[in-house]
Amino acid sequence: MAVIFPPWTNRVPPLLALFSLGAVVSGVALVWYYFSPQYTDVGFEPTQPMPFSHKAHAGELGMDCRFCHNTVEQGAHAAIPSTETCMTCHASLSLPQSVPLAAVRMSWEMDKPITWVRVHQLPDYVFFDHRVHFAAGVGCVSCHGRVDEMAVVSQAEPLSMAWCLACHRDATPNLRPFSKITDLTYDPQNAGYDPNQDPKRKRKVEPPLHCSGCHR
Amino acid sequence: MATPRVSAVEHEANLSDPLSGRAPLLLGDRSLHGITKAVCRPVECVPSRAWTLFFVVSVAMMGLYVLTTAYLFYEGIGIWGVNNPVNWGWAISNFVFWVGISHAGTLISAVLYLFRQKWRTSINRFAEAMTIFAVVCALSYPTIHVGRVWLLHWVFPIPNQMGTWPNFRSPLLWDVFAVTIYGLVSFIFWYLGMIPDLATLRDRAKTRARKITYGIFALGWRGSTRHWKHYERAYLLLAALATPLVLSVHSIVSFDFAISQLPGWHTTIFPPYFVAGAVFSGFAMVLTLMVIARWAFKFEHIVTIRHLENMAKVILLTGMIIAYAYGMELFIAWYGQNPYESFSCANRAFGPYAWAYWIMIVCNVIAPQIFWFKRARQNVVVLFVVSILINIGMWFERFVITVTSLHRDFLPSSWGDYSPTFFDVAALVGSFGLFFTLFALFIRYLPMVAMSEVKAGLPEAKPHHGAEGGSREASATGEGA
Ligand code: HEC
Ligand code: HEC
Ligand code: HEC
Ligand code: HEC
Ligand code: HEC
Repeated sequence: MAVIFPPWTNRVPPLLALFSLGAVVSGVALVWYYFSPQYTDVGFEPTQPMPFSHKAHAGELGMDCRFCHNTVEQGAHAAIPSTETCMTCHASLSLPQSVPLAAVRMSWEMDKPITWVRVHQLPDYVFFDHRVHFAAGVGCVSCHGRVDEMAVVSQAEPLSMAWCLACHRDATPNLRPFSKITDLTYDPQNAGYDPNQDPKRKRKVEPPLHCSGCHR
Repeated sequence: MATPRVSAVEHEANLSDPLSGRAPLLLGDRSLHGITKAVCRPVECVPSRAWTLFFVVSVAMMGLYVLTTAYLFYEGIGIWGVNNPVNWGWAISNFVFWVGISHAGTLISAVLYLFRQKWRTSINRFAEAMTIFAVVCALSYPTIHVGRVWLLHWVFPIPNQMGTWPNFRSPLLWDVFAVTIYGLVSFIFWYLGMIPDLATLRDRAKTRARKITYGIFALGWRGSTRHWKHYERAYLLLAALATPLVLSVHSIVSFDFAISQLPGWHTTIFPPYFVAGAVFSGFAMVLTLMVIARWAFKFEHIVTIRHLENMAKVILLTGMIIAYAYGMELFIAWYGQNPYESFSCANRAFGPYAWAYWIMIVCNVIAPQIFWFKRARQNVVVLFVVSILINIGMWFERFVITVTSLHRDFLPSSWGDYSPTFFDVAALVGSFGLFFTLFALFIRYLPMVAMSEVKAGLPEAKPHHGAEGGSREASATGEGA
């Protein structure tokens, strides 16, 4: 029988097996890392129409979140403040008349809202309610990160389902006193907070784990 | 090569009672070289016009499948006739139909192997190929039925952003595993069995391209004793592995229905009934294809009437099991006195889809009864016609099960009707295109009959060949019938 394949071909099958194994493993690893919301969504930071800074307002001026996001306590949806809210200070205060502020004033005079670009967004098939989380004593920082340190808001958490579930399965470490919900610097672990001892809490929290809790 | 000469005496001996005289399995030119030549001919000759025509038509039909599927992905499964309450229509019927077809292969190759039914050697390669192609067709349906194919990986337990596993309590998930494993094991089994024959093709190859191609797939087989020893051991192990799969796959497919609460689906008889039905339809399909192939490629001396007759016997047996199951469904509906169950049975037989039910009964219960007659079992035309009827009947069985139960459930307010659209039809026709395309390629490029196994069944392969006295025929080969 004539020889068809030279001897080196004997090494091909094991190499091929090794290669396919490597290809599969690295393929899975790549998809796992690069296709996850942790990679694709965290750090999302769209350019806003004007340089409004949470760092200046919520951080340095120490404003409460609810002053501007005033529906967060009552509603499912956390409202973005209207120009009127900005004008409560920027109309009367003798603040520097910079270019960005001119834009605020322009919006006020032309009666046209500022077109902020949305940062956090869940798909339509997910039900989310700020009020419930607020009432349970979950701080803004658990889901939005240190907004008070951000000059421009960016997404701090993946907002993936696994992320929601991780907290729903074990919410206790994320609970804080009702008075500290908008206090981004407060850390319940360092402060030694125990929700079971808090007299203001009337009941245990029971975050939903069943599908129809979030997909209604 | 001329059609092998088969003498009347030989033909008679071949059909005689296996218990009184062990007849040879092959007729005509029974030399080793003769077998090799006969089997390799379709692979080595220039493709005939008939093959080319068959291939072109099959590819065209497959093209239809590709196009409807593309449109399905674009538009969604709304293009099919499925809607509440009948959310499973033709696609699921086709899926179960093809999975059923695929059963004959493993049964012939694994179960009959373990039972040392040597007559399987002439047909096992063919049946295994059919199994694999049928599994491919079957798997295509759930794949496209999910609508959003790009999320198909959700059926596998892969860690994901949702932090959820697939529902392990769902038979639909078991199905994914059962059918995938079945497809894989069948493929490995098929390929393993083919290695010696691929080596034969390699050694006979004239051109360099053929030598290299067959050489790669023959995996360096040289036919040494060591090779054979390993090969036989592996084959035996795989046969043992594949045997439980024959039972498990269709049992699990039947769970898709049986685990639900729907009257007409929720019955414990489903797993055995489905398995028998699968073997029934699978053998019918092998018969259909074999009758054509042995005639077209002049294999009548390798796949003899006796082989066909044996298949007809299996069909008769499984057909009776099915008939029993149909009867049992009616009996339990009456005996159990569950109004929903009896309604569902009455609705099948006399409701809007009664025509489908009666087609099923005629094709699956009445038609195979002709196989009680030896003359019918040995008549190629009868075999062919009945096998076609059974194929039709078994498709309708799946249609009846899927649609009639869904369209009338507990609440009359949620009753509805189902009728297929053009795209349903195209998907069924197209899947046959896929099946036949694969088959045409198989016939053209791979040995259709397991040469090495057929040769191992020859009298010469017996260590005591000739020692017991008597003629070559009498000492010979065909163990079992
Ligand atoms: C002075 C008013 C004001 C205060 C106080 C304020 N915000 Fe905002 N916030 C805004 C405006 C205006 C936007 C929209 C522009 C932007 O995204 O930067 C915004 C956007 C956001 C967003 C991103 C919304 C999106 O599009 O997804 C988050 C999250 C947020 N604020 C959280 C907070 C938190 C937490 C606090 C309290 C620490 C806070 N904000 C305090 C005015 C305010
Ligand atoms: C509580 C009063 C208050 C409100 C309400 C308020 N601001 Fe201010 N804002 C200030 C003060 C005080 C400063 C100056 C801070 C500094 O210079 O550090 C400032 C600074 C700014 C600047 C930076 C100006 C510059 O030239 O650097 C911008 C832009 C701005 N605010 C936009 C807004 C917008 C938009 C809103 C409404 C969503 C808003 N502010 C609401 C008090 C307010
Ligand atoms: C449990 C996690 C969680 C907590 C706690 C939370 N948020 Fe959110 N927040 C979200 C999610 C998720 C979205 C996106 C909602 C959507 O797309 O419907 C969001 C959206 C927002 C938005 C943008 C709404 C818009 O229409 O652009 C603002 C503003 C906001 N949150 C402010 C706050 C403030 C202020 C607090 C603290 C009182 C807070 N959030 C607490 C999860 C949280
Ligand atoms: C940091 C912890 C935490 C995270 C992250 C979190 N939740 Fe919650 N969730 C809670 C707690 C605590 C409750 C309140 C349970 C109670 O009141 O008993 C809750 C309740 C809910 C409820 C119940 C509402 C109702 O009406 O009963 C929904 C829906 C919900 N969360 C959706 C989400 C979604 C969607 C996400 C992800 C985008 C999310 N949650 C992320 C802690 C969290
Ligand atoms: C705590 C809230 C929550 C619960 C409970 C929940 N989900 Fe989700 N689910 C989400 C969020 C948030 C997303 C969107 C994640 C994203 O966009 O990355 C999501 C996305 C999904 C998706 C992806 C849809 C798509 O088209 O990409 C599926 C499927 C899903 N969920 C299924 C389930 C199932 C099944 C259950 C019950 C076992 C369940 N979910 C329970 C919050 C939840």
